[in-house]
Amino acid sequence: MEKYGLYTPRVAPQKEYFAAGHRACVGCGEMLAVRLVCKALGKETIVINSTGCIEIVSSLFPDTSWEVPWMHTLFENSAAVASGVESAIKVMQRKGKYADGKVNVVAMGGDGATLDIGMQALSGAMERGHDFVYVCYDNEAYMNTGIQRSSATPYGAMTTTSPPGKKSIGQQTWKKDMPAIAVAHNIPYVATASPAYPFDLMEKVKKAAATKGPAYLQIFSPCPTGWRSAGEISVKLARLAVETGAFPLYEVENGKYNLTMDFEKLRPITDYMKPQGRYRHLTESDIVLIEKKLHEQVQELRDKSSR
Amino acid sequence: MAKKVGTEVSFAVADAVKLADVDVIAAYPITPQTHIVEKLSEYVADGELDAEYICVESEHSAMSACCGSSATGARTFTATAGQGLELMHEVLTIPASSRLPMVAAICNRALSGPLSVWGDHSDLMGVRDTGWIQIIAENGQDVHDLTIAAFKISEHKDVMFPVMVHMDGFHLTHVIEPIVIMDQEDVDKFLPPFEYNNKLDPASPVSQGTYAPPHIYPEIKKAQDVALVNSKETIKAIWKEYGDLFGRYYNPIETYKTDDAETILVTMGSFSETASLAIDKLREQGKKVGLLRVRLWRPFPFAELRDAAKSAKTMIVLDRALSFGGPAGPLCSEIRSAFYQEKNRPQIISFISGLGGRDIDPEDFEAMIARGEDIAKNGSDSEYEILGVRE
Amino acid sequence: MLSWKDIPMGAIVQTPGSAKEYRTGDWRSQRPVWDLSKCIKCGLCYIYCPDASIGWKDDGYPQWDEFHCKGCGICATECWTKAINLVEETE
Repeated sequence: MEKYGLYTPRVAPQKEYFAAGHRACVGCGEMLAVRLVCKALGKETIVINSTGCIEIVSSLFPDTSWEVPWMHTLFENSAAVASGVESAIKVMQRKGKYADGKVNVVAMGGDGATLDIGMQALSGAMERGHDFVYVCYDNEAYMNTGIQRSSATPYGAMTTTSPPGKKSIGQQTWKKDMPAIAVAHNIPYVATASPAYPFDLMEKVKKAAATKGPAYLQIFSPCPTGWRSAGEISVKLARLAVETGAFPLYEVENGKYNLTMDFEKLRPITDYMKPQGRYRHLTESDIVLIEKKLHEQVQELRDKSSR
Repeated sequence: MAKKVGTEVSFAVADAVKLADVDVIAAYPITPQTHIVEKLSEYVADGELDAEYICVESEHSAMSACCGSSATGARTFTATAGQGLELMHEVLTIPASSRLPMVAAICNRALSGPLSVWGDHSDLMGVRDTGWIQIIAENGQDVHDLTIAAFKISEHKDVMFPVMVHMDGFHLTHVIEPIVIMDQEDVDKFLPPFEYNNKLDPASPVSQGTYAPPHIYPEIKKAQDVALVNSKETIKAIWKEYGDLFGRYYNPIETYKTDDAETILVTMGSFSETASLAIDKLREQGKKVGLLRVRLWRPFPFAELRDAAKSAKTMIVLDRALSFGGPAGPLCSEIRSAFYQEKNRPQIISFISGLGGRDIDPEDFEAMIARGEDIAKNGSDSEYEILGVRE
Repeated sequence: MLSWKDIPMGAIVQTPGSAKEYRTGDWRSQRPVWDLSKCIKCGLCYIYCPDASIGWKDDGYPQWDEFHCKGCGICATECWTKAINLVEETE
């Protein structure tokens, strides 16, 4: 993708639906992802936003960064709110009370809102088969509340509630495999994406929006504040996460896996970990263990893709 | 012509919702609400009601889906009870603050633990301060009429608040009563279509549910509170219009033989009809007693209450909920507040009874009035007394 | 400052993208400067900007939005031809 990415930015949709003037941290990878998602979705879109960084930085009353209809209610329920929006449009179009035409109903939230507190609502909405897209922006911890661990925090990472110490390595559990949980709901489209690969990301968003029924996207979202990394390398870190196997890019269409970005040889995980303060405490043997696990996971995805 | 039929009260709720031509229903089953949503499911399955019924996976998601539905401009309904209302609690403040019209039938139920599926007002009191309009029904006819009127109240441009219609679980929801079920034509005449100016629509993007730091949050909350307080006049006007059209009138405070009453019993909900039997009996004995029922719980009708109880020397308030370790039953606290600034305020006695579905008979009400008058004369050791409990 | 009487019903915001009026450029400690002799007008800086602060002019060269750019430096890191340098803000 990167090969021809060089000349294609100029053909990307020019219109911004997530406007400048948001109050996100300098170098926020999540807001870049949101901006790209909104570009891909276009005007005929309704966004339902969970509480979190995105909502806080974009909606300080009476300001809004949103150029599409946007609704925030709570932290854990955006998939359920989206269920109500989608059902309302469906019935009112049937009854002639709402303009005809396709509207993308898109729920979005962070990894805490998705993998932890909102997983029940998301599971319910996916199971019921609503025609909607759920986008999880995965920055691997509760960043808005001050970098506490979530079930998306990678093994070994330091957060304020998984501090490394004499009796702890930091995060003691492996990252929850949420895309697999989404796949287990037998929904038609599941994918991972990264802002370092903007055209792959936008293609997947478009595919998800065009899918009839539920679609789940998990988008890697570098957080310089939470990861103790420099703002100017947020995109670079997102790319390294893919190249090292820390965040593989793949899609699952009607149950069929497809690794959308693969490499003959994965880069050493230290290339990705070294610029991040959250991994600074790890020993060489810790890193070997992590790398082994990540490589196994990528291999598993390759195997599934070749089936 | 509207006709009177013998029907289960829960079905009269479902019929009201069908007559209102609701667009979206999102509900999760819980006793004693189930008969309402089962009947609605049948109406949708049979095509008698053209609506989307979202079988959500929890009450939290039910109320969340209702928020999304209402924000998109759809007429929206849900029903729940007890623990279900508790699970909804976090979401309830959203439609009140974002001004999203919807109607919720609440089949009042005791709260755990111990587990009780039977009725009292603990769930109702738990959601008192969520910012909803809260209306109390006493019988099946009330339930049917007030549910239809609730849609008009909720969606009125000067109101735009969600409305709860409370009805006692089992004691009301599961009884069969003769009820006049409204005609579709009449309902269509009374209830205009829901027009929502701020609906989620790509043609005119709005942002709903923004974030408010201390420099603006209090202004937003005052605006909300003033609007809720002001909604009382519209509620009264809509109930009057309903009465003028269909002959059944409803008021924020309902009275029974209170005109010259020196002792006034205050109740809320279906037990009021039982209480009136005790009033009749005591009146026959020449006692100047009356009954006052609170129909509108929020916004609370302070002026109407004071006006209705002008002659009272003693007010005896029945609560079917406990405010553990508090000053009185929650209804009594409101009544006491209403009269505190009055020069000639009555004595106001707090009783708690009928918890967890325990019956209160007419004789129990007589005993309650007698005990209340005794306390008014001789005082009591405690702020409130729990009656009908084995000592 | 708004009074409670100015609050629209439900505190709903009816002006899409009103946050554009908010100046985030003041946060900047460094600014991107383009060396147009190296710029190949590819637009990577545009696509990777988290603050939507880079567009382009009629001649195809980048248009920098001084009002919103927070100076994160992602554009400089990502520029393939090293046409963008970060310069300290002096004020």
